[in-house]
Amino acid sequence: MIYQGKQKIWSDYQKEIPDNHWFYVRSCIRQNFWPASEKYFLVICRDMLGRDIFESEHHTTCGGIAYHCDTIPQETAMTIVARQFALMTEAGYENLVTSCITSFGNYAEIIETWREFPELEARIREDLWKACRREFKVPKYLAHASDLIYKYRGEIAERAKFHLVDKQTGEPLKIVEHIGCHYSKMFPHKGVGGAEYPCVLSGMVDAWGGEVIDYPERRHCCGYGFRQYHVKANRGYSMSNTYKKFESMEPYHPDAIVTNCPGCPFFLDRWQYVIAEQEGKTYGPDGHGIPALTYEELAGLVLGVDPWDLGLQVHQVGPELLLDKMGVPYDPAHKYDGLDEKALKKPGLPNVLKCC
Amino acid sequence: MEYIAVIGGGIAGMETAAQLKALGLEPVLIERTEALGGHVASWHCLFPDLSPADKLIKDLKSRLEGVEIQLGTEVASLNPLRKGYSLVLSNGKVYPCRAIVFATGFTQFPAERKEEYGYGIYDHVITNHDLEGWFNGNGDSRVPEAPKAIGFVHCVGSRDIKAGNSQCSKVCCITAIKQAIEMKERFPKAEVYCFYMDLRLFGKKYEDFYIRAQRDCNIHFIRGRVSEVAETIDGRVQVKAEDTLSGRPVRVPLDLLVLMAGIVCNPDNKKLSDAVSMPLDDDGFFHSWNNVVDITRSDRPGVFLAGACTGAKTVPEALAEARSAALNVYQYLKGSK
Repeated sequence: MIYQGKQKIWSDYQKEIPDNHWFYVRSCIRQNFWPASEKYFLVICRDMLGRDIFESEHHTTCGGIAYHCDTIPQETAMTIVARQFALMTEAGYENLVTSCITSFGNYAEIIETWREFPELEARIREDLWKACRREFKVPKYLAHASDLIYKYRGEIAERAKFHLVDKQTGEPLKIVEHIGCHYSKMFPHKGVGGAEYPCVLSGMVDAWGGEVIDYPERRHCCGYGFRQYHVKANRGYSMSNTYKKFESMEPYHPDAIVTNCPGCPFFLDRWQYVIAEQEGKTYGPDGHGIPALTYEELAGLVLGVDPWDLGLQVHQVGPELLLDKMGVPYDPAHKYDGLDEKALKKPGLPNVLKCC
Repeated sequence: MEYIAVIGGGIAGMETAAQLKALGLEPVLIERTEALGGHVASWHCLFPDLSPADKLIKDLKSRLEGVEIQLGTEVASLNPLRKGYSLVLSNGKVYPCRAIVFATGFTQFPAERKEEYGYGIYDHVITNHDLEGWFNGNGDSRVPEAPKAIGFVHCVGSRDIKAGNSQCSKVCCITAIKQAIEMKERFPKAEVYCFYMDLRLFGKKYEDFYIRAQRDCNIHFIRGRVSEVAETIDGRVQVKAEDTLSGRPVRVPLDLLVLMAGIVCNPDNKKLSDAVSMPLDDDGFFHSWNNVVDITRSDRPGVFLAGACTGAKTVPEALAEARSAALNVYQYLKGSK
C-alpha cells in the first residue's frame, strides 16, 4: 500500500466544514438503536468543545428510507426536506448537520437536483407554502455529523484520556472503518476523502492513535442495503453481505469496527450473533465478536466517557475486550443500569457468541 | 527561406517532415522534449507483428536527413502573416512559415483518476505504459519476479463519460492482447486475464492475434467491467468484476494488474488552436475539415493535421495520415502560388 497515493487523493477531496453554528437533525434509526450516540455528539460538541449546535423538537424524518425503498416519490421527500430547511431558517442557522448518512445523502441529492432543475425547487417551495405556510433557505453548508467530529479530531486528541492503543503492548489498535454508502458514493466531493478512500473515519482513528485496516471488502455494503433488509424475503442476502465482509477482515484480527451510518453498526453488530448461531463462526478472539461502534462512541471512549453512559451495553457484541485493551475502566455491575440507575434488565446470552 | 512548421516530433511529425523534405520543401520539426519518437519511442514492440518499436523510430530518424530539427523547445507564439504564419519558439528562434502541420499527438489518460483501480495506491497496479518500460528493461518493483496471475483491464478512461472521455481509444484492446501474449511468453505458468467490455479488433491481422492469445496462450477473456480493486493481506491485488457472459460476479486475486490507460487529447491543443483561430472538437482533439473526405485538412488555410492530434490512431494510421498531410501541404502551396 502506497500511503502517499491515498494522501494525494485525500487532498483532492477536502470539503469546507465551518467550525461553528450548526442546525442538527437527528436520525430515525439512531434515535432508536443508538440514542446515546446522538446525545454524546451534542455533549462532545456543545459541552466539551464549546460549539453552538442547535436542534428543534419539530424536526421529523427526512423521508430517506421511504424514498430508497421506493414507497414515496422524490417530490414527497423534497417537500419533507424543504420543511426541515424551513426549521433551520426560522432558527437563524445557515449550516445543516445530519446525524444520519441517508439523510445526508438525501439532502445532498435534493440540493443538487434543485441546482440542476430550479423549476423543481420553485414547485416544492410552492407545495411547502400551501401545506404549512413555511419558507426556507437552502443550507449554505451541509455536513454529516462525522464530518464535524473529523474536523474536531485534533481537539479531541488533545483532551484524550485514553487512546486507541493496546495498554499492555503499546501497539496501535487495529480498527476497521466502514463508511455508509450514502456518505460519498453518490457525490464523492461531498465526503471527506472522496468515495473510494474516504478519510473521515480513518482520520479520526489516526488522530486517536489507532491503525486503520484496509481489507479487500472494505468498500462492500454492510448488509443493510435497504431492500436487502426491509424486504423480509431478502434478509438472507443482507446477512450474506455482512458475512462476506467479516470473512474478508478476519485475517487482519481487528480490535473494533467504527462506522458513520445508522444501519451499519447495527448490521455489523447483530449479524455477528446470527452468523455465530447459524455457522458456529465468531470473528473476535476466543469466541468473542468484533465490537462495531459509532464514531461518537469511539470519541466518547477516547474522551473518558463511561462506556455504559455511551450505551455500549446495547450492542450485541460485548465491548469489554476493547475496553480492557484501551485501559478504559468500567463497572460490570452497572452494565445494565439505565438512566437514573433504572434497571434495563439483563439480556439472555447467546449460545455461541461470547458476550462477556 | 520559407518553412513548413511541423509541430510535434512523434512518429506522425517525423514522417510528415520526411515526406515534406522528399517533396522538396523545407520543414522545421519542433519537439518539446529532448528526443524524437513520442510515445512509440518508449514502447517495446508493436502489434500485431511484435516488431521492435526502436527499429521503427530508427528508420524514421534515418529519413530526416536535411530536416531542421528543434528539440527541447515549444511554440511560444504563432502570428498570422499575409501568407502564412510567423512561428516564434520558446528558445527565441523565429521562422516564417507558409504552412503548419500539427502533429501534437495525444496524452495518456491519468490512470489514478479511476480511483477504484488503485493506481498509485496498491503496490502491484501499473499501466500499459509502465509495462512497456519494464519490457524495455527499466526496473519496476511493482512487477513481481514470478507472477502466477496477471490481469489486464481494458478501457481505463476510455468510453467512460464519468471519467470525461467518451471516445474509444482504439489501440487498447489490441495492446492488451499484445502485452498479455508477451507476459504469457515470459511467464508461461501464469494465468492471464483480460477484463473487457467490447473487443474492438479491426486492424489487419488483429483477429489472428486475438485467436493466438486464446488458442495458443490460453489467455482468459472476461467480458465485464472491473468494479473495484483492493489489496489482500499478502499484498496481492483482488479484482472484482462482473462476468456478463456467465451472468456472475467474479473475484480474481492477481499478482499484477495492468490498466490499459486510454488516449486523451494533448492539453496544448487549446493554446495552439487559439493561436490560429481554429476550433477544437468537443473531446479536445483538433477539428478536421471533414472526417470522411480528408481528416488531415483543417478549416484554416495552411493548417494541416497529422496523426493522433485528431483522435486515437494506430501506428499505420498515424504514418498514413502523415503522408497525406505532407501531400496536402504540397498541393496547397502549389495552388497558392
